[in-house]
Amino acid sequence: MATPAAVRIAERELLLYRRIWRENVIGAFVQPFLYLVGVGVGVGSLVDDGGGRAEILGDVSYFAFYATALLATTTMFNTSQEALWPTMDGFRWSNAFRGMIGTPLEPRDLATAFLLTFGGRALITSSGVACVLALFPSTRSLGLVGAVPAAVLCGLAFAMPIAAWTGSRDVDNTFPAILRFVVMPMFLFGGAFYPVEQLPRALETVAWFTPLWHAIELCRGLVLGGLDVGSALGHVGVLGLYIAAGWIACTIVFDRRLRP
Amino acid sequence: MHEGVIAATGLVKRFGDLVAVGGIDFTVNPGEAFGFLGPNGAGKTSTMRMIGCVSPPTAGDLHLFGLDPRHDGRAIRARLGVVPQMDQLDNELTVAENLLIYARYFDIDRSEARARAADLLEFVQLRERSDSKVEPLSGGQKRRVSIARSLINDPDVLILDEPTTGLDPQARHVLWDRLYQLKEQGRTLVLTTHYMDEAEQLCDRLVVMDGGHIVAEGSPQSLITTYATREVLELRFGRGRNADHVADATAVGERVEELPDRLLVYTADGEGSLATLRNRNIVPDSALVRRSSLEDVFLRLTGRTLVD
Repeated sequence: MATPAAVRIAERELLLYRRIWRENVIGAFVQPFLYLVGVGVGVGSLVDDGGGRAEILGDVSYFAFYATALLATTTMFNTSQEALWPTMDGFRWSNAFRGMIGTPLEPRDLATAFLLTFGGRALITSSGVACVLALFPSTRSLGLVGAVPAAVLCGLAFAMPIAAWTGSRDVDNTFPAILRFVVMPMFLFGGAFYPVEQLPRALETVAWFTPLWHAIELCRGLVLGGLDVGSALGHVGVLGLYIAAGWIACTIVFDRRLRP
Repeated sequence: MHEGVIAATGLVKRFGDLVAVGGIDFTVNPGEAFGFLGPNGAGKTSTMRMIGCVSPPTAGDLHLFGLDPRHDGRAIRARLGVVPQMDQLDNELTVAENLLIYARYFDIDRSEARARAADLLEFVQLRERSDSKVEPLSGGQKRRVSIARSLINDPDVLILDEPTTGLDPQARHVLWDRLYQLKEQGRTLVLTTHYMDEAEQLCDRLVVMDGGHIVAEGSPQSLITTYATREVLELRFGRGRNADHVADATAVGERVEELPDRLLVYTADGEGSLATLRNRNIVPDSALVRRSSLEDVFLRLTGRTLVD
């Protein structure tokens, strides 16, 4: 029985990942833990003692509010970086992707394999965050089980469009800017630290179009409750659109790049 | 029906306004070692990429194994082995892992892949390095890994783009020996080179490319016979004085090429021509008689030396 092409490409990633899995897995626990203690506990104690929390966050503690967003944001950061430099390596530096398409594989297979490899990395990262959240009573919930795949969708909604961008670049000089001016602002304004309703109307509208806001709403709702089926499907739909658009962009860009 | 393993007619590759390949015809027969010879920018690599089905032709007709790359790229590539100009190995992985991963791209199952990888590493004399990472290997060793990798699918045609560029003489000879053995096994080889000695050693037949066109075609020997003489007398009179002796040189040979640092006198008998010159009291600073090579063919055809 023939193995699907994308799976055979992903086998290479798996072999490479075996070299770095320890650092990666430890990072998946440590990074969210630091954020959680630094912001969730530190800022949380200020917010929860202050006035106005109840009318904005309801009966949710700031710690729980912020912690649930970490499922989406940590995954976003990790897969975004993964889609930049390591992907550039395959196109430009080691040229491994060029070697690939000298075989029966096609650029489209590579795009599909990215769904598997970025998805796999997102799964590891978001599982790490979920394990950390399970340590704390206010975020310990069966909903974490559903939030992990939701965070994987979030990771792919970033990784796929960014990978298409990477595939179109000759040099990596724009990569820090992608992180600073695309990813970072979403982190700040996408509803991780406060509900986007707190933003000026115009910025709030912008937030609705970002994949991160949908992912945070989805993860938060799944863990803390209060998410109706309609909005859940809506959030999944938007993330799915970003992933699909990213995959299509990848197939076009990779074909131009690898088969000039 | 298309004859030959590879058949091209009117093959064109353009990138925007740049014409990389300007309409070429060639046929590669089964079991043949076929070469594309030419300087950088002649269109060799573009041609190889079209043959490798990783670059669609802009115009013209190309068939491999009777199949059209436009529709049957996957099926054709399954029967090709490619040794690229720049190694595309995973430096972080071991030599054996590089071969195994590549085998998986052809959907060769793991146990079969392991057996083939062991045999091929034996063939390229790297068996003892199979578990070491690729990164610390020398240029020649990496190229041998690339050759082993290209053979993992037991290809009918092996495509080599400048296989020995950048290698030291020792490493080149090891590589030539391996390629010669592949040729003896009856495998079809298609290679590009800008080394004349490489083309002479390996190719049964070759085309000379310049500026995206084929300017000559034949066996190395027939090209030399057609476009050069049996021997070449190289004369050096010192910088600036070579031009003064063109007429003297022409008088003792069939033809003279004037290069910045020397005169090349094409003649059937180099020593005889040199003796005649000396009898006429024309004594160069240095003189060298050698066999004609493809370098001379190229110079004749294009008026330029191959490696500048």
